[in-house]
Amino acid sequence: MAVSYIDKDTRTEKQIRCRSVVLAASACESARLLLNSKSPRHPNGLSNSSGVVGRYLTDSVGYSMSAKIPALEGMRIHDSDGMGGMHVYVPWWEWDKPNKDFPRGYHIEIGGGYGMPGVGQFHGTCRTHEGYGDSLKDAIKKDYGVTVGLAGRGEQIPNADTYLDIDPNVVDQFGIPVVRFHFKWTEHELKQVDHMEKTFRNILETMGGKPGPRPGAATSKISVGGEIIHELGVVRMGNDPASSALNKYCQSHDVKNLFVADAAPFVSNPDKNPTLTICALAWRTAEYMAEEMRMGNV
Amino acid sequence: MSEAYSRRNILVTIASAAAVASSVSSAEAQHVHETVAEDAKVSGPYKPKAFTEHETKTLRLLCETIVPGAGQGGAFEYIDLLCSHNDELKAIYTGGIAWLDRKMEARAGTMWVNAKAPEQKAMLDIIAFRMNADAYGPGVRFFDWARKMTVDAYYTSAVGIKELGYKGNGGMTKFKTPPDALEYALTRSGLG
Repeated sequence: MAVSYIDKDTRTEKQIRCRSVVLAASACESARLLLNSKSPRHPNGLSNSSGVVGRYLTDSVGYSMSAKIPALEGMRIHDSDGMGGMHVYVPWWEWDKPNKDFPRGYHIEIGGGYGMPGVGQFHGTCRTHEGYGDSLKDAIKKDYGVTVGLAGRGEQIPNADTYLDIDPNVVDQFGIPVVRFHFKWTEHELKQVDHMEKTFRNILETMGGKPGPRPGAATSKISVGGEIIHELGVVRMGNDPASSALNKYCQSHDVKNLFVADAAPFVSNPDKNPTLTICALAWRTAEYMAEEMRMGNV
Repeated sequence: MSEAYSRRNILVTIASAAAVASSVSSAEAQHVHETVAEDAKVSGPYKPKAFTEHETKTLRLLCETIVPGAGQGGAFEYIDLLCSHNDELKAIYTGGIAWLDRKMEARAGTMWVNAKAPEQKAMLDIIAFRMNADAYGPGVRFFDWARKMTVDAYYTSAVGIKELGYKGNGGMTKFKTPPDALEYALTRSGLG
């Protein structure tokens, strides 16, 4: 087996011979490499006799809402660095409720606090207060640290309209075809976002905040596919070589000395960030691979 | 430092982000302030890169009027440096200042920066509010930009950060919740 690559300095194609290959280029790039690796033996691309490479693409469902909480105005300013984002977190709480109108669920990440002031942080105050001078400064000081934001991250169900394929007309700077993304949310995700909207509004209003008006249809407030940067699933694993590209150890069904060790093997992704699952699967793949090499199977 | 990450390229990226959506991170804002400071170390007092002497004088006064202390926070330099890397952003200011001067000339026979303080203020009291956008659209839009970017510059500068009272970016050996702050918020919220 050999891997072809472009040497960036000389822009020439080179090859490395090897006993086995672990592909971990990030999900979409791994799929792109396989789809571009066409040969007479692998006319649909490498490890793609099933035709599933590029399909079953998903991203996390994203929606957020924030509001000023008047009760926080005038609170003693303290160091709250590192408090927001992942460190205060609400896991999905309706996992055992059978009567929801959407499958699976989401978690909430909570933001707020006296963070390091950044660009754009007081644009909202500029908009509501207007004017200038000392009164604008007073309004900014009053608003500093009193916003609480809730960000929902949920699970997308893979669907037939969400996939990537090779663009027949566009190449990158090395002349290699790039991928095209096809992305569509379904009712599952739109209803999930409606649930987020109601939940976040309820929490913020209970805290005394006044979130803005309902922003219209769910399609206009859901994140854009790829925005949450949890793209995965495009070289999926499975027991049946007819409907999956990899076995449960992320080893290619078609090419036994090829493994994929990023988020491409995922068949779906729960609401939480995929990185730790990538690590766990890669670990499992590495142990399996070591054993198979020791036995002389790979 | 490779070409792709040269200081100039970083500033170009920040300036175009500011021109389009104001999506500039706090780290990038620090980068702008640091560039100004290093520039001053090498070549003495800051020399405007985007604006003429008249525009500079006008904008310095405008920034200071919008946020008293903005001069100390480097607001003019922040805006000038970003405008020097993005023509679209620069046109908002050069066009805005020209508009302001034409209006002042019609009202008081002089350019805005040379007008008497009450005349300057009367003009700003119009363009600082959206309700006057029908009759003073370009002025309201320009002032909105100047206000947003002056506020951004000042509150990401050392003096602005200190004034807000930001306590972070420091080491701590033990994390302690602030019970008095929690008590305060809970009592006021009616949830405690």
